[in-house]
Amino acid sequence: MKKTMYEKIWESHFVHQETGQAPLLYVDRHLMHEVTSPQAFEGLRMSKRKVRNPHSILATMDHCVPTKNRDLPIADPIAKKQIETMAVNCEENGLNLYDMESPDNGVIHIVVPEHGFVHPGMVVVCGDSHTATHGAFGALAFGIGTSEVEHVMATQTLPQQKSKTMLVQVNGQLSKHCTAKDIALAIVGKTGTAGGTGYVIEYAGEAIEALSMEGRMTVCNMAIEAGARAGMVAPDAKTYEFLDGKEFAPKDANWDKAIEYWESLVTDEGAEFDAIVTLDAGDISPQVTWGTSPEQVVGVNSVVPAPESFADAGKKLACEGALKYMDLEANMNITDINIDYVFIGSCTNGRIEDFRDAANIAKGTKVADGVTAIAVPGSFHVKLQAEKEGIDVIFKDAGWEWREPGCSMCLAMNGDELKDGQRCASTSNRNFEGRQGKGGRTHLVSPAMAAAAAAAGHFVDISKIG
Amino acid sequence: MEAYKKHESIAASMNRNNVDTDQIIPKQFLKKVERTGFGVHLFHDWRFNNDGVTENPDFELNKPAFKGAKVLVAGDNFGCGSSREHAPWAIADYGFNTIISTSYADIFFNNCFKNGILAIQVDPAQLSALMAEIDANEGVSFVVDLENQQITTPAGNGFKFEIDPFRKENLLNGFDDIGLTLKHVDKISEYEEGHKQRFPWLWA
Repeated sequence: MKKTMYEKIWESHFVHQETGQAPLLYVDRHLMHEVTSPQAFEGLRMSKRKVRNPHSILATMDHCVPTKNRDLPIADPIAKKQIETMAVNCEENGLNLYDMESPDNGVIHIVVPEHGFVHPGMVVVCGDSHTATHGAFGALAFGIGTSEVEHVMATQTLPQQKSKTMLVQVNGQLSKHCTAKDIALAIVGKTGTAGGTGYVIEYAGEAIEALSMEGRMTVCNMAIEAGARAGMVAPDAKTYEFLDGKEFAPKDANWDKAIEYWESLVTDEGAEFDAIVTLDAGDISPQVTWGTSPEQVVGVNSVVPAPESFADAGKKLACEGALKYMDLEANMNITDINIDYVFIGSCTNGRIEDFRDAANIAKGTKVADGVTAIAVPGSFHVKLQAEKEGIDVIFKDAGWEWREPGCSMCLAMNGDELKDGQRCASTSNRNFEGRQGKGGRTHLVSPAMAAAAAAAGHFVDISKIG
Repeated sequence: MEAYKKHESIAASMNRNNVDTDQIIPKQFLKKVERTGFGVHLFHDWRFNNDGVTENPDFELNKPAFKGAKVLVAGDNFGCGSSREHAPWAIADYGFNTIISTSYADIFFNNCFKNGILAIQVDPAQLSALMAEIDANEGVSFVVDLENQQITTPAGNGFKFEIDPFRKENLLNGFDDIGLTLKHVDKISEYEEGHKQRFPWLWA
């Protein structure tokens, strides 16, 4: 029988199924951060259970960490306790932790690939919905809740029902200045935020193959915004080149053995998917969200939709609510939306390529009057690499703040946040009400679009820049 | 985990689609290291005025008729967004043990059942009928019988609902998932032996 990559990975990780219970799936890698793990460790302690495979876990501190004055103690005592608890839990259980002082510290979904911790064919979990990022390597990677974090620590397995499969085929080539982020947003615009619920997505097609590993991570990262717990891309020469020589990558004879296995994972020609969505990359313009759900997105050369343009009653109601919250007029040009803040960073767009893209646009510009712009590298390695290339100087010269790594304003847990009513061009993944601070208004864009908006003070159609 | 059998309770309605976990429990409350005490922060940014203390009278769950409700009837794609289990912890701690909607985000749906919350999936017509009954008679009580997979309402809008038999069994008995899995620890060890042979580099 012809099989999809998802089915092959699933079958190779099937452990056991008891009659009347869900199948048990084996977990190869377990990623952790400070927010969704403490209650799981507490559960283990209370039930006197142990971590089954400590070597399968890699942990970091990212959500609550400050992006300025990292040498000072964390001001928020509750956040401080959460950070300290993470350190104690990892110490007690012998887990590999990139703590705040570590040169390897950063956002979990940025640091894991930097060390080659995820390989094709693995089952990867993390108490974080953006775990889908690692599907870029041809792994089955998905977010779980804290009870499941505890379950995986204790058993190295998860009871899982098999998902349906969806092929998202992106044909053709992207236009100049259009990026993986624009593909990701255009897909969510097409499927809606519930379109992928119950599915694992495989992204394929010329435009996906053409993406770098960083770009593929950006696309897979936002699978959850389409409702899918996991998104994946078939491994190829780019995948192997990225992994080669990394700390946790297979070495010597194992490397050849691994590649042979990885090549066998690719979806068989003619395998059937439960659903197929097709896009043409050439039709995708730089994307900007206008509402409070990632599906509320249009091209930058477009207008803010009017409620009456939606046939569906729920979408019409959602549009009315979003326009009110976002304080936007129906039918106004996207390029007429003025912004107060710009954030470049997050597990979606906090990689070196993102800062290169943004710096390319920011070079020689000045941040517009009244606008605050912050660049937050996804990890210390990204930060150092950017500084080696002079990217930090480009940003600083343009009036940006060049910060320390962390999740920062993607979810605004660490004190970096919008004030009530402020409007932000953000490279993160969610534009929910209050996501970046109570009353804050978020427009999701690519790093290049964010950099252009910082200089102009409003959105700019960068496809018109030479 | 507490077993779920049959409950009769006030049903509250929230006629909004795509309610996300950032709304259910805003991020400023995710810094705790305990599982308890999240109920007071449920829907914080919608539920309270800007002072963060006084109740926003326009928020549906603040209606006096909905006080003490254990059943939440909600719009499509409930619980989308982040994986935070703080969302079902807050919902349960506030007092809800049942959610009825047309659809849920996958991670949230899983998380509910790990915390004794019965998340029932219904079709749009069934949801509309329940919403309409609540609107017409705020404070109305519904009976939710998990054993018989039956919802009963005073106006006769009840119906049989579907549920995965595995989830039903665990909820009815209050089973601890980890305990259930560890009954098969020999199978896990056996799988791991094969895994070591196939992928020696993961065990080096």
